[in-house]
Amino acid sequence: MKKDVLDITDLDETRLVELDNYIDKITGDPEEELIHVLHFAQQQFGYLPHNLQRYVAKRLDLPSATVNGVVTFYSLFSEEPRGKYTISVCMGTACFVKGADKVLERILELTGSEKGKMSEDGLFTVEDVRCIGACGLAPVLTINEKVYGNVGVEDVDDIIRQYKRSGRRED
Amino acid sequence: MKLIDKMITCSVNDIDVNVEKGSTILEAAQKAGVNIPTLCHLNLHELDAVNQSANCRVCVIEDEGSGRVLPACSQEVSEGMRIQTDSLKAVMARRTSLELLLSNHPRDCLTCVKNLDCELQNLSHEMNIKEIHYRGEKMNHPIDESSQAIIKDPNKCIMCRRCITMCNEVQTVGVLSPLERGFDVVAGTAFHLPLDQTSCTYCGQCVSVCPTAALAEIDATSAVWKALNDERKHTIVQVAPAVRVALGEEFGYDPGEISTGKVVSALKRLGFDTVFDTNFGADLTIVEEAKELSERIESGGTLPMLTSCCPAWVQFIEHQFPELLDVPSSCKSPQSMVGAMAKSYYAEQSGLSPADIEMVSIMPCVAKKSEAAREELSEEGYANVDQVLTTRELARMIKEAAIDFRSLPDKPFDRLLGESTGAAAIFGTTGGVIEATTRTAYEMLTGKEIGEVNFKDLRGIEGVREATIDLGERTLRVGIAHELGNARRLLEDIRDGKSDFDAIEIMACPGGCIGGGGQPYHHGDVSTLRRRAEALYRIDKDMPIRKSHENPLVKEAYEAYLGKPGSERAHRLLHTSYSAKERI
Ligand code: FES
Ligand code: FES
Repeated sequence: MKKDVLDITDLDETRLVELDNYIDKITGDPEEELIHVLHFAQQQFGYLPHNLQRYVAKRLDLPSATVNGVVTFYSLFSEEPRGKYTISVCMGTACFVKGADKVLERILELTGSEKGKMSEDGLFTVEDVRCIGACGLAPVLTINEKVYGNVGVEDVDDIIRQYKRSGRRED
Repeated sequence: MKLIDKMITCSVNDIDVNVEKGSTILEAAQKAGVNIPTLCHLNLHELDAVNQSANCRVCVIEDEGSGRVLPACSQEVSEGMRIQTDSLKAVMARRTSLELLLSNHPRDCLTCVKNLDCELQNLSHEMNIKEIHYRGEKMNHPIDESSQAIIKDPNKCIMCRRCITMCNEVQTVGVLSPLERGFDVVAGTAFHLPLDQTSCTYCGQCVSVCPTAALAEIDATSAVWKALNDERKHTIVQVAPAVRVALGEEFGYDPGEISTGKVVSALKRLGFDTVFDTNFGADLTIVEEAKELSERIESGGTLPMLTSCCPAWVQFIEHQFPELLDVPSSCKSPQSMVGAMAKSYYAEQSGLSPADIEMVSIMPCVAKKSEAAREELSEEGYANVDQVLTTRELARMIKEAAIDFRSLPDKPFDRLLGESTGAAAIFGTTGGVIEATTRTAYEMLTGKEIGEVNFKDLRGIEGVREATIDLGERTLRVGIAHELGNARRLLEDIRDGKSDFDAIEIMACPGGCIGGGGQPYHHGDVSTLRRRAEALYRIDKDMPIRKSHENPLVKEAYEAYLGKPGSERAHRLLHTSYSAKERI
C-alpha cells in the first residue's frame, strides 16, 4: 500500500506554518488560487509529496483528485524530491538519432540515479524530455538553466564531474 | 432585441435550418434531422449534466465555405454556414479520429462486459471500420478492483471525461480527475489510490455514462451461480422497486414496461428457493422511519430528519459532512431490512439457520454492493445481504440461462416478506420515499385518516423541490433532492443553521433509483428515466393498499415478531449507525 496520504507528521512544521499563513491570506476562488498555493508549497518543501498535496486540498476545501490532477499536469511541479541540478536530456527525433539515449544512459550511470528519481547524494535529478527546439545542436541537454549542445557520450564524464565538484563545494 | 437578431440561418447537407444564435452545429443538424455520430459528448441538460469536453473528434463535419473540418458538438454555427456531414473529407476525418482511439484500445470485445452495449464498438460498426491503420503504444494501467462495487479499467478509458463531469459537477464527490498529461492522461483518483481508499460513494453514475467498459460494476454473477448450485444453501432473493420497470428494456420492452411477474418467474427459473420483495422492506422502512420522525417532532429531537435508504448518499454524508451524522434517520435501507428479517423472522418460522441462507438482492444500484459489505449491516456475524446483483447483471444471468423472458408467465412473490403497498413502489423514484413517509407519518401524528394520498407537489424531476403538508395543529416542511450536488446544497444549509425543513429525502442518482448506476444503460436518453418513474406511479395507483402501515404482512411481522414500531427488537434488526470518514 502507498504511504498513508493522511499522515503529515514527516512534513516540516515551520514550513507548514508558512504555508498556512499563505493560504489564510487567500481571498479569491480556491480553485483559481490552487496553482499559486502549489507553487508556494513547492518552494517551501522543494517538491509536492502526496501528503502535502492532500493537506493543500483539505485547507482549500478541494478534492484531492483535483489537486493531484493539477500537480501531474504541469511539468514545473514535482511529486518527487528534486536534486540540486535537474538534467534534462532531449529525446526528440534529431537528438535521438544522434545517440541521445547513450548520453542519457551514461549520465544515469555516473550520477547513480534512476530516471526521474533524485540521486542519493541529492545532487541530481535526470529526466528525458521531448524536443526542446534546438535540433541544430543535437544531441542537446540542459542542466538547470544552462544548455549544452553537441554532447557526445565522451563529454558526459567531464560535465558531471564538474557539477559534482561545485555541488559539494557549495554545501 | 428583435427575435430575428437572435436567429441564424445555416444549412446542413443542403437542408436550410434556422437556429438560435449560439447553437452548436450538432444542434443545428438535429433540427435538420441529420444524424452526426458523437462519442465524448453527453447532454443530459434536464439533469444539469452536460459534458462538452470535445476531445474525441468523432463528430467532425466539413464547413463547406472554409473547407475546414470542425467538431460539431462544440463548434457554434455562424450565419450562412454550409455544413456537410457526409462529404468524403468529413467521413474520412471521422474515421481517422475513431481509428486513432481504437489503436489504443484493447480488442477483447468478445469477452468484455460492454459487448453489444459499448458506444465505441457501436461506432466502429457504424463507421464500417474493418482495419485499424495506426499502430502505436498502448496504455498499460493496473485494473482497480479494490472496492466491492466498481471496477475501473483505465486501459479502456478514451478520456471522454463524462465520468469526471458526473463525479465533479453533478455529484460534487470529486473522486475522479484527469491525471498526468499527454499520452499518459487518464481519468483517475488522487495519487492513483485504489477506489476503496477514496471518498467514492459508489453511486455508479460514472458507470452509467461511461461509453466503454473503463468503469463497470464488480461482477457478482459467478458468486450467485455458485450459491444457486450449492445444495446446502437456501437461496433467497429480493427485488428492488426500480428493477421491475427497467429490466424489460434488456429484453426489448419499452422503458417503463412493468414486468414484476416475469421477474419473479425468471428468478424461480434461475433456481432461487424463495423470492421476496424489497417493497415489503420499503413498507417496513416507512413504518420505522415515520415512527422516528414522529418521535423527533414530538420530543424536540434533531430536525430535519434525512432519509437513509440510499447507500451512496449515506457514504456521501459520512465522507463530506461528518459533523452532520445525527441528521439521517437510523433506519436501515429496505434491502438490509429484508435481509435482516429473512435471516431472523423468516428463518425462525421456516426452521432455517441464518448460516444456511444465502441472501441475494437485485438492485438498480452499484452502491448497494458496498452497502451489503458494511459491517454495521450484519447480525451475529451474518451479513444481512450476501450478494447484490444489478439489474444489468440479472439480465445477463437470464440470458446466460437462455430463459425466454418475454414468454414467462407472471408469478407472485413468496409469502412472509412478499407483499407490498403502493407507497413502497414509489420508493424507486425521487420524491417517492418522502411521499410514502408522509402518508404514514400524517396518520401517526394526527391520529386521523389521510384524505388524499397523492402528493403531487413532491413529484417531478427538478433537482430540489419542497412542499408543506398541513397536519392540522402544525405543518410538515418537506424537502427533496436528487443528485448529490443538490444534496450538498441542502446539507450546507443545515450545517449553517439555515434549514427549516422537518424532513428531507435524498437520492444520489438522477431521478432516484430508476436512474441508478446499475440500471440498463440509458445512453443519454432522459425520457427513459421519466418513463420508468411514471411506471412506478402507475404501480402505486393500481395497488389496493397505498399506505405502508396498512400492509398486512408488515402488521403480521410486528404482531408476531417485532412488537411495536421502534421497539427494542426493531431497533436491533432494523436500525443502524454511521461513522465519520475521511474526504479524499
Ligand atoms: S463528440 Fe464531439 S468531440 Fe467528442
Ligand atoms: S462517487 Fe464514485 S461512483 Fe459516484
